[in-house]
Amino acid sequence: MATIELSAIRKSFDGTEILRGVDLRIENGEFISLVGPSGCGKSTLLRVIAGLEPQSAGEVSIDGIAADGIRPSARNLAMVFQSYALYPHLSAFDNIAVPLRMRRLSAIERLPLVGALLPSRRRKERGIRDDVAKVAEQLEIAHLLGRKPAQLSGGQRQRIAVGRAIVRQPVAFLFDEPLSNLDAKLRVHMRAELAQLHRRLNATFVYVTHDQAEAMTMSSRIAVMIDGELVQVGTPTDIYDNPRDIRVAEFVGSPKINVLPGRIREGGRIEALGVALRLTSSAAPGACRIGVRPERIELGSGPFAGHVVHAENMGSEAFLHLGVNGSDVRLVARIDDPRRLPPIATPVSFGFAMDAVRAFNAEGKRIEVEIEHAERVRERAIV
Amino acid sequence: MNTLRTMLWPAVRHILLIAGALVLLAPFIWMISTASKPPEEVFSSELHLIPHHFALWDNLKIAFAKANLWRFLLNGVIVTVSIFVLQVLISLPAAYALAKLRFLGRDTLFALVLFGILIPPQATAIPVFLLLHKLGLLDSYAALVLPFTISVFGIFLMRQFFKSVPDDLVDAARMDGISEFGIVWRVMLPAAIPAVTAFGIFSVVAHWNDYFWPLIVLNSEQLRTPPLAVAHFRNNEAGTNYGPLMAAAMVIIAPLLIAFLLAQRRFIEGITLTGIK
Repeated sequence: MATIELSAIRKSFDGTEILRGVDLRIENGEFISLVGPSGCGKSTLLRVIAGLEPQSAGEVSIDGIAADGIRPSARNLAMVFQSYALYPHLSAFDNIAVPLRMRRLSAIERLPLVGALLPSRRRKERGIRDDVAKVAEQLEIAHLLGRKPAQLSGGQRQRIAVGRAIVRQPVAFLFDEPLSNLDAKLRVHMRAELAQLHRRLNATFVYVTHDQAEAMTMSSRIAVMIDGELVQVGTPTDIYDNPRDIRVAEFVGSPKINVLPGRIREGGRIEALGVALRLTSSAAPGACRIGVRPERIELGSGPFAGHVVHAENMGSEAFLHLGVNGSDVRLVARIDDPRRLPPIATPVSFGFAMDAVRAFNAEGKRIEVEIEHAERVRERAIV
Repeated sequence: MNTLRTMLWPAVRHILLIAGALVLLAPFIWMISTASKPPEEVFSSELHLIPHHFALWDNLKIAFAKANLWRFLLNGVIVTVSIFVLQVLISLPAAYALAKLRFLGRDTLFALVLFGILIPPQATAIPVFLLLHKLGLLDSYAALVLPFTISVFGIFLMRQFFKSVPDDLVDAARMDGISEFGIVWRVMLPAAIPAVTAFGIFSVVAHWNDYFWPLIVLNSEQLRTPPLAVAHFRNNEAGTNYGPLMAAAMVIIAPLLIAFLLAQRRFIEGITLTGIK
């Protein structure tokens, strides 16, 4: 169990900067997800933590001890790879046993043929066998131990890879998109299993994914990474409700947050699509963007007019794609009851509550807004 | 009409292929035929493939009696196996470094390896001969083995194969605490068995059949490799007696043939694997 501290990590490959100064403190026993679009540098960051990739600048420390220059295996971290990276020529048992053998056996004991004759090797092998069996029981893979990776399904390989990681009781686990090679159903199932595993082991998990749903459902904290920078770090609820950057708002949540073109008028009043909202901001007047989550769009009444362009019925809920009259802006609204889905091309009016608005300035940074009281709004609306 | 055409094309195809195969097999068949004939039939003016009097056993007996064939075969095994083992010991780590490690000048180094493939062994024969002379190693097993221990072809072949091994596997091994040399032998070698087999066949065939180099560096009779033995057989021992000569030739290619038949599937696997990836 460990805390991992990253300070000002930079990494560049051939002149391109992949990581631009990442600071992050990962608490003991925490499940933190690094999310971001592909190519944002999250996997590189994980490899820097693991020691597989030396950083160009900055420091990694594990449990307060500087880890720079320490070999990956000596950092006592375990990693689960996207491709599982099981040794193809070894059985599942041997795959799980490798880290233990590398640790507990001396170089002579590891020699083929000669090593097997040593009595000390036999004694240690017994210990290894017990430990592998314990892990196999935990992960319910005891019946698979004799098989080679090629004879296992994706989900089974995944478990073997997790087994290989937990068997040596590392101080922290690093996951590099471990679920992205599984089919959708299994992925949802493994999500729950990994979260349970985390609760049971109570170890530090660092989980890299490009799937925001995985990050939202499993982690205690999410670190959103875009273009080599950590844009926001916070709890899933915080990231979803209070994105500090429009890129975070757009990345987290499915379907994507609706972004309407807006403006801050002289005097601080905010308008969206040319309609004045009951919101003011102290930010400088000018163009801004108004974000509203699909579930906060209210259909049937409101100051905006549009028409149904497309409808997606998911069974338990439905998403309505709306074209806004007089502009090429498209919105998505969630409907809880798919049976009330209006047909295509139906004109609809819609609006949203003022507390649903997340406003961003032209650079994409979050702007604080204030909701005006209803009476005052009415007065001003008349003006 | 239609059926005739569909029948005709495969027939033509097979006739062409069989003709090609016959051309390639003819010397081989002739060798077996001659080895099975008594002397008077070898020199008879009429051409016949099947001997009237089957004399293979007699010829083999003469061949084994006149020269120490077992010793030559053993020499062949010692030389080819040592060459192959040393080649693997050197080319696998080199190929691993060229394929999976990042260091300054790696691509230049690999270009030099490719360049090395272009140099024919005859071009370096004289300098290598002089070097061995200076070292006092001429006329020894070392003279037969040492010049071939570094195989640029082997490095190239294994490097191409290692490129197809996922990086994650190497990283997983590093996380598990396997050293870089350990990765070569414990992770890369088992993954590369088909390629190593293919390379092994190339290497063993080339050095088992090599005539040029042993001829240059050897004087002693007891160090002779199989092809050299057969050649000397003709000049000195059996004189003009071609029956035993061909019988000896048969004995000498037999180990290769058997090895190839045993490893045939692996061999083709290795070639296709390295070819595609």
